[in-house]
Parts: sequence; structure tokens; C-alpha cells
Amino acid sequence: MIALGQFLEVLIGGLMSGVLYSLVALGFVLIFKASGVFNFAQGAMVLLAGLALVRALDLLVAHGVPFWAAIVLGIGFGAAIMAATAWLIERFVIGPLVNQDGLTLFMSTIGVTFVLEGAAEMIFGSDVYPLRLFPTDAWFVFEDLFPGGILVNKLDVWGALIAGILVAGLAIFFQRTKTGRALRAVADDHLAAHSVGIPISWIWFVVWLVAGLVALVAATVWGTKLGVQFSITFLALKALPVLIIGGLTSIPGAIVGGLVVGAGEKIAEVYLGPSIGGGIEYWFPYVLALAVLLVRPQGLFGERIIERI
Amino acid sequence: MKQIPRTEKEGFKEEDIRMTNVARKLLILAAAVLSGAAFTTPAAAQNEQFIPILSYRTGPYAVNGAPFANGMADYYNLVNERDGGINGVKLLVEECETAYATDKGVECYERLKSKGPTGAAFFNPLSTGITFALTEKTAADKIPIVTMGYGRADSKNGAVFPYNFPLLGTYWSAADIAIQHVAKELGGFDKLKGRKISLLYHDSPYGKEPIPMLQVLAQKYGFEFTPIPVTHPGVEQKSQWLAIRQNRPDYVLVWGWGVMNSTAIKEAASVAYPRDKMLGVWWSGAEPDVTPAGDQAAGYKALMLQHGAGRFPVHADIEKYVYAKGKGLSEPGKIGEVLYNRGMVNAMLGVEAIRKAQEKFGKKPLTGEQIRWGLENLILTDARIKELGFEGMMKPVSISCADHEGARYGRVQQWDGKGWKVISDWYTADESLIEPLVADVSAKYAAEKKIKPRDCAKET
Amino acid sequence: MLYRETGQFKSNYAEDMAIFPIRQDGIALGVLLAVAFIGVPLLATLHVWPFGTDYLLWAILLPFLILALAAIGTNILVGYCGQISLGSGAFMAIGAYSAYKLATGVHIPLAWLGIAITIPPLPVLASILLGGLAAAGFGIAFGIPSLRIKGLYLAVATLAAQFFFDWVFLRVPWFTNYAPSGSVNAPELNFFGVIVQTPIQRYLLCLTFVTVIAIMAKNLVRGNLGRQWMAIRDMDIAAELIGIRPLYAKLTAFAVSSFIVGVAGALWAFVYLGSWEPLAFSIDRSLDLLFMVIIGGLGSIMGSFVGAAFVLIVPVMLNLIPAELGVPLSTQTITHLQFIIFGSLICYLLIKEPRGFARLISIGKEKLRLWPFPY
Repeated sequence: MIALGQFLEVLIGGLMSGVLYSLVALGFVLIFKASGVFNFAQGAMVLLAGLALVRALDLLVAHGVPFWAAIVLGIGFGAAIMAATAWLIERFVIGPLVNQDGLTLFMSTIGVTFVLEGAAEMIFGSDVYPLRLFPTDAWFVFEDLFPGGILVNKLDVWGALIAGILVAGLAIFFQRTKTGRALRAVADDHLAAHSVGIPISWIWFVVWLVAGLVALVAATVWGTKLGVQFSITFLALKALPVLIIGGLTSIPGAIVGGLVVGAGEKIAEVYLGPSIGGGIEYWFPYVLALAVLLVRPQGLFGERIIERI
Repeated sequence: MKQIPRTEKEGFKEEDIRMTNVARKLLILAAAVLSGAAFTTPAAAQNEQFIPILSYRTGPYAVNGAPFANGMADYYNLVNERDGGINGVKLLVEECETAYATDKGVECYERLKSKGPTGAAFFNPLSTGITFALTEKTAADKIPIVTMGYGRADSKNGAVFPYNFPLLGTYWSAADIAIQHVAKELGGFDKLKGRKISLLYHDSPYGKEPIPMLQVLAQKYGFEFTPIPVTHPGVEQKSQWLAIRQNRPDYVLVWGWGVMNSTAIKEAASVAYPRDKMLGVWWSGAEPDVTPAGDQAAGYKALMLQHGAGRFPVHADIEKYVYAKGKGLSEPGKIGEVLYNRGMVNAMLGVEAIRKAQEKFGKKPLTGEQIRWGLENLILTDARIKELGFEGMMKPVSISCADHEGARYGRVQQWDGKGWKVISDWYTADESLIEPLVADVSAKYAAEKKIKPRDCAKET
Repeated sequence: MLYRETGQFKSNYAEDMAIFPIRQDGIALGVLLAVAFIGVPLLATLHVWPFGTDYLLWAILLPFLILALAAIGTNILVGYCGQISLGSGAFMAIGAYSAYKLATGVHIPLAWLGIAITIPPLPVLASILLGGLAAAGFGIAFGIPSLRIKGLYLAVATLAAQFFFDWVFLRVPWFTNYAPSGSVNAPELNFFGVIVQTPIQRYLLCLTFVTVIAIMAKNLVRGNLGRQWMAIRDMDIAAELIGIRPLYAKLTAFAVSSFIVGVAGALWAFVYLGSWEPLAFSIDRSLDLLFMVIIGGLGSIMGSFVGAAFVLIVPVMLNLIPAELGVPLSTQTITHLQFIIFGSLICYLLIKEPRGFARLISIGKEKLRLWPFPY
């Protein structure tokens, strides 16, 4: 019974942290879907959004603005910063690089990563800034069933809730709004979309903006978990296997990929780790992703790649 | 998939004049870069002692690297502003950013080692990885490498490592002091038997150094020792803490750096592991490690590398001579933080070593080799420490050829949610346990590198 | 004017297919090699500007040569064969640790068989080359998925190699000869009795390696194998239809690339760092190598050198220039600015010339050939 309880605890913990990875992975998917850009800068965008939010928040609270108003204003400020970033990236990097191949675009986003990291830290500071938007303690459920109960972290639950709302919101945005439909059209074939009068650069701005807002949401959760600091950019590396397993073009795929990665790596670490030295969660998701790719080269939910001569 | 470019020989027809411009701009860029390559050593005043600071103010460890570098730079500045240098020899300080990366550290070392009239006085890499990479180079270049409270634990043996100075404490001393404190809390060394102690460590040379010592201690006192690695940079520790929750160790030693520390505290809180059963090493016990965790950090304990947080007479001088002139690097509210103070202590030991060396070699800029002598013969008495304004921060230090550590004291502090409180008396690391390990490991190094150990009895 | 091919007639196929069909190219390379092999060491021995200190040799030229070598390896895979790899760092690590193990002696006790495999410490040169071979072996293993996975998916899949080997060298104490800290020291660099120690010796050693391997690589990519790789890169299905075996072509690309990268890794560890830990071969290294290849020019050996120079030297320059000009900026600001400028430069270059420096060089050459006529 104890073993079962412990297993459930690890499983639940893993699934939850997987959802938190999905929050970051979602931003990747959005941009890849709409513009074919594999956006390595997503981690840096989370850092930038988080820093903008937390610094604005601290400043407002220090000036006596009530906390709830400061949160609203801070999030507004963060969103404005992300909008400016999206505009700059579209205008100066992605726009001029239209029609280049995937690798060049990928590399250019690494360039963007450098710029964003440098600028974010130069403007907002490179200290660690605590952010306290969500509770971070834990519930212990089923205490009568299992000795000690099963631990569920409240922050993880909040994260899952937010991820759920985000996915629902994005689904509605993509399916029901005019801009969303235009986005899907651009994603399918940007030349065709262009010729029927969809303003491509506007659409790409919107995509980067949405990805920026997703980064802001991710920053609220991860900022609460870690404190806003440079290390947040490492999340990009945690999100990559999530993407690959789910498929680069699928929003539900990002969530499912997150769940698979989270549960897989935690179970592997806790049950396999001690016998082979520990720390295996570092590479386990990637090997898992490799295994998934060998069976389905476009990920679980990715669009099938059709090749013609 | 689009075609990837062809080889050099093929056609260029479709290109237009635009290319000329790009080529020209790139030429200008290249010219600018090359002119930067002039490597002109600035016309240095002859009466200056060059001191490099290898710091990291960017990257994942900037949070901890910056206050330390501020403390060092401010103290050197104080010596220049208040005393006009060391016996009239001004300190010329230059920082180089390593971002805690070994290869950048090596680059910085090569760039700075021969600056100034006499070359670098000594290096303080503030990274165990860089220390390992530089150990051989510094010995060849005859420049001391000062690793206060970090670095190679075996380099305490000055006979084998003439140029390494792990001042004030090595990781092995830290491990021993940590276990002494645990034993004291449990009510005696005999109570350690059968207890479970885990080490949550940063998976790098830094985190791995204490393991051999803790294994020796585990064997001696009969506790069960489990090392748990956390991969750099340590943002994700859920599985480690779920394992700790299931295993329920009596104590968790935290050997982390940067974001890993605060994440460990938060994860401990979320699995309801009591924070007062966590004991950090002295690199896991500063303000940036606890503040992100907020109230959850209350009760967390950490070793002190002698000093703790707080203001002492020297801080008044710093404010008067450095900050009042607008030359301070830190936010004024942050002087007196743990890592800032450590940077100051580190800088002070270096300055005193130069002063000592000047007694023998004259009041002029000295070479690294001469300063090595100063470090090896450095003795700071209580009176001298008081004179320097560091009273209450540290105990006397006495460095010798056989003992490059100089002092093996430590205390324990506890975070009460607002500040660090010293909760223990002074501990002294048990040399009878550390010495054989040092002798053993340094002898191995000497054999591997074909170093003939010096005879310390013959050193003056 | 100097760059005229008038009068250079080619009367047989061998001349037409020569490595330098234009004589001036050969002369230029000869001069370059002479400067590198004779000029630089001479200046360095005499301590003439800019070799007043060891800095240029130790901190710029040495890493430049080794990373250029690694970039050539990466370029063979990414630029010539079109298989994007983010795992070059791991193959450097495999080269470094295999060479380390071989140079210090291998002992594998096979308890269940009751025997032990023991290899005595090998000479450094053999260790480095065998380290490269070990990397080639693992390269083939991690290249197998490339038969099924393509493009960016493959790029992320190669990260599996990166992270897996980071972990292996961190966690398996056998590879570090049970060093308590996990940090290992290079063995004595004894090449046929000559102990390589001074910066000049190290520089010459690396230069020799780089020259030999670069010439070999250049010849390889001009030949049958190289053409197979490029066919696979340009369109794998079409290549398969004309009779190129994708299995053979891709795996040879992985093997050759990993071999070169592995040798570079061993040199990086032995000759440049001297003492290292797995972090020296982290994902950042892989990204750097990819940068060098793309900025230098995909599918160009020359480009690998230029790319390596750019990625390595520009950040150092950006760091030095404010100090030289005496701009009163804190290290922090300088480093942040350096990030911003470096990132912007990369974006600028990619936008202006997505095919990298190699493309600019060949355009320049073409202009010279036609000069004074515009083209």
C-alpha cells in the first residue's frame, strides 16, 4: 500500500510538472505552427516577461498601490513589453528572413535569444526577484488510504488549471475568431494566404504576441516556483522533448507531450535513478522523444510530412 | 525542404549590387575588430599592483556571483581611497566576466595574467571548475590562485600545491563541521549511529568534492550517507525531494549554488520536509538563497565561512570612502550581505598577503611569485583583524607551507525569515580525519603530475 | 589584377579537377600556411607585437584552431549531408574522454567471465586518434535514427546524445578514473619524445592536426563520398532514385563528422583546457559549433574557419574594446551589451547573407576575376 501510494505520488507530481513544461512548450508550438520558425527564444521570452512583470509589481507595491491593482497593472505592463518585443522581432528579424529555410530561422532565434537575455537583464536587473502570485505549499490527499497521504503541490494545480484555460482559450481563438482563422491559413500556406489578402506581417506579429502572452503566463507560474531569474531560460531545454513527443504543430500535443515527459522522467528518476546513479531525468525525456520519433517521425500529434520530388 | 547552398564554384548571377554593400560593411566590421586586436597595454603607471577579478555577473549564477565581486572590488577601492594603496602602491583592478564557465575562465586568465607592471598578483576564480582548470597553469606561470572556502580540498597541502591557497576552509573542513553540528543537535557523536544523512549536491566538481570526506565520516560514526545529485543549474528538483520524502533522512546537507539553493528550500517546503533539518554549506547560505523562498525558508540553516551577514567597522569605512564618493558597486542596502562580506574578506586576505610580501621584497609592485611567499607566510592576529575593522567577522589566520588553509573554523547560522542569526558556537574541523585524506589525494596528484613535493621543513 | 587566370590552361582532367583550379588560390593558401607554420611561431618566440604575451596564442589562436576543426566536422554533417545536429558537443566529449581513458590505461574487469580487459596506457597521438574513432562509432549509432527522422525533429533527437553523454561522463566514475571531484587532468603530451608544453608547441601541434584533417576533408567532399552526401542533402528521395544508398551516405557522414569532432574534443581537453569536466562540452558548445557552421557557410571548409573565428573572436573583441577605449562601463553592462550586439550581429548576418561568409568570399573572388568590369 505504501508502495502504491508512493507511486501515485510520483505519478501525480510528474504529470503536474509536465503540465508546467507544457506552458513553455505551447509558445513554441504557436510560432512553429504559424510561421515554421522553431523559436529557441521562448525561454528568453519567459524571462523577459517575468522580469517586466515582477519589476513593475515591486515598483508599484513600493509606491503604495494596492496589491490587486498592482497585479493588473504589472500584467498589463508585461503584456505591453511582450507586444513591443513581438513587433520588433517581426519587423527586424522574421520579416526580412521570410522564405529562408528552417535552420536559418532557428539560428536567427538563437540570435534573438542573446539579444533578449542581454536586454532583459540590462533593463530590469539580473538579481533574483521573488514573485508570489500563487500558493506554493502542498495538500496531502487520501491520508486515510495511504500513510502520509499523497502530496499534491498547490502551485502545480494552479499551473494545470491555467494551462487548461490557456489551451481552451487558444482553441477558441484559432477556431472562432477571424484572426485565428487567418492564422491557420498562414500556417497552411503563407503564399496562398498572402494572395487572398491576409496581411502576413500582421499575422506574424499576432503570433509572436500570442506566444509572448503565453510566455507571460508561464512566467507567472514559473516565477512563483523559482523566483524570476536568469535560470528560467533553461526551461526552453526542458520544453524541447515535450514538443517533439507531442508534435511541433499540435497544441493538444504540447499538453499530452508534457504529461508524458513529466510522468516519464519523474518515475524514471525515482525508480530507476538510484540504481544507475541518479540525475537521469536530465536525458530521459530526450531518449523518450527519440523513441517516439522512431515510431512516429512527426511526433504523436504532428501533421504527417508528405514528401514529393 | 528548401535547397541548402551549393559549393563555392557555382553561379553568382542572381546576386545584385547589394552584396557590395554587405561586403563593405563586413570589411569595416572586420577592420574594427582587428583594430581592437591591437592589444595595446595601456600605459600603466609603474607603481601599481595589478589585481584581476574573475567574476560572473551574468548567467545562471550571477545572483550569487555579483555580490561577491562587488565586495571584492569595493574593498580594493577602499584600500586605494583610504590608504592610497598598499604602502603607496596603488591597486589596479580589472574584472573579467566568466559566466561560471570554465573555458571563459581560462580565457580571462590568459588575458589578465600578465597585465600591469608585474603581472597579476593572484587569481580568485570563485568557481571550483575554473580552479581545477587553472591549477596547473598558475603553477607554471607562478601566480597564486586563492580559493577561499572552495576549490580543491587537497590543495591545502602546500608542499604539492605551492600556488593554491584554499584559505579559511575547504569542502572537507565544511563537511566535517556540518557533521559536528548535526551530532551536537542530536546530542553527541554516538547518536549519529544509524541515522540517515543525505547530501543534495550540485552535480559538478564543486558538489562532488565533499563526498569522500562524508564517506569517511559515515564510516566512522556509522550513519547512513546518501548522495543525491542535482543537475546544473538545478531548477527542477521534484523527483529528488519526492525521494527524500519517501526516504525521510534525518538531515539533508545542501551543497548547492545559485538557483539550486532556493529551489531546494521551496521543494523541501512543498514536501513538508522540516527546514531546520536542512544544513547548507557556506555557499548555500546567503540572502539570494533564501529570499526567493519567502517564509518557507524560515528555519533553514547554513554553515558560515567564519563570517556571517551584518555590518562591522570596516563597513563604515567602505561607506565613507567608497560609497560617499559614488564609487561603490553594490546597492547601498546590500553591503553587509553574506556574499558581499565574503568578497571583502577575500580581498582583505589578498591585500594583507601583498603587504606581507612587501615586507620582504620592498614597497613596490610585486610578482605573483613574491606574493605567493606573502600568502604562505601570512599571519593575521586578533589585534590585526581588529585594526582592519574585521573584528567579529573572523578568527586568526596563520598560513604555512604545510597548511595553505590557515584556519578551519566555522559556525552555523539560521534564517529566521528576515535575517541570518548565528545559532552555534565556533567549531573546528577535525584535522585527524582530514589530514590523511589530504595526504592521500594530493600524493596521487603529485604522482600523476610528476611533482616532487617540497620539503616544508626547509621553507622559511 | 593579381587574381587573373589568364594563361592557366588545363590540358587534362586531373588539372581541371585539381583542388585549386586557379593557381593564385594555391599560392594564397601556401602563403597562409607559411605564415601560420613559420611566421606566427617566429613572432611569438621573438615576442614581437602582437605576440608580446601568450594571450593571442593561448586564448585566441589555440581555441580558434581546435574549434575550427570541430566546425569542419560539424559542417560535414550539417553543411554537406544536411543532417542537422545539436549533439556535436557530446561527440567532442566522447573524443576527449575516450582519449583520456586510452592515454591513462583501460582496465575493464569482467567479473562474470573471470577475466579482465586491460589495455596499457597508449601514446597520446594514438589515444587522440582512437578517441576520434570512438566518437565515430557512437556517431554511427546516433546517426541511425536519421534514416527515419528529418529536419528539426532530427536536431532535437540529436540532443538526446548531447544530454545522455553529459550525464554518462558526469555519473560514471570509470570514465574519470574515479577522481573524487569528477574533474580529470590531461596526461603528459608526449609526441614521439617531444613533450608539448609551451603555447607555441601547443599551437603548432593543433595547427598540424587542423591542416592535415582540413585537407583530407576538402578532398573527401570533392570526391565520390562528398557528392553522395550533397545529393542526399539536396533531395534525399531523388538521390535514392539515382542509386545512392541513404544508409551508407548518411552513416558515413555521421562517422566522418564525429571522428573529426571527436579529435577536436580530445585536443580541446588535452591541449587547451588541460583539466576539464563534462560542462566543457555542454549544449552551449554544440550551439556554438552550429553557429560557426551557419555563419561561416554551410558546405564550405573555408567557411568553417571563418565561422569559428567570428563566433570565438567577436565576443572577446566586444569585451576588449570598451576596456581599450576606456569607456567607464561596469563588467555587467559590458557583458549584457556584448550579448545584445552579438545576437544582433548574428541576426544581421543571417538576414543579409543567409549562406554565410563562404558565400561572401566566393562573391568577392568572382568580382576579382572580372575586375574592373562589374558583373
